[in-house]
Amino acid sequence: MDVASDLFGVHGAALELRSQRLAMLASNIANAATPNYKARDIDFDKALDLATSKGQGVGKALAGATGYRVPLESSLDGNTVELNTEQTIFAENAMKYRTTLSFLQGRISTVMQALKGE
Amino acid sequence: MTKPMSVFDISGRAMSAQLMRLNTTASNLANAGSISGSADTAFRALKPVFRTVTDRPGVATVQVDRVVTSTAQPTRRHEPDHPLADRNGDVWEAGVDSAQEMVEMIETARQYQNNVQVLQTAKTLTLDTLKLGQ
Repeated sequence: MDVASDLFGVHGAALELRSQRLAMLASNIANAATPNYKARDIDFDKALDLATSKGQGVGKALAGATGYRVPLESSLDGNTVELNTEQTIFAENAMKYRTTLSFLQGRISTVMQALKGE
Repeated sequence: MTKPMSVFDISGRAMSAQLMRLNTTASNLANAGSISGSADTAFRALKPVFRTVTDRPGVATVQVDRVVTSTAQPTRRHEPDHPLADRNGDVWEAGVDSAQEMVEMIETARQYQNNVQVLQTAKTLTLDTLKLGQ
């Protein structure tokens, strides 16, 4: 285990996965009007499990947990992006990214406190 | 090797594509009532064709592949008094469905706004990440 994963635990991998998922959801929103575009997303829990407990890298975990979104209603042009779904998940992902950031912030200030011996 | 596509690239290029779509809609609406002397010279609606540009699995943006002219036919009207009327007294009105164009315009504006929102969120998150540990 390297220093970063010792120090940050699960949160380092979680932040990277959240950021990758942000790009994926942004792609879905960008392609909301492209015919035949198939929306994709990652199963976050599975990806995090693969990246941490199973010890695979973030890249491999990402590939292993990516899937296609099943639309609630199919559209005539073959596009599977449903904007309301994507926007909700995007907002949720952004919020959880912030949560992970504050966990990391907490970890960093704890270590800084220990280092300074205050 | 080109650098991986960021959220800024994804949303930025999507915004350009949507703007292109808005431009075609504007052209179509501007020409909605225009009259022509023959079916060949009459204005036909312009439609952009969107195409996905994939960077890596699951990460893709969009671009306008080409702009095609719609197959909607101009409407023939019998108007012998019109200065552009042909020998039979017919004129052709541009093949533009203005109701459909208005719907298209609103949809384009909404999707443009969505991309702006994505960009704004990504920007704030990046700035927050930069402040980590301070």
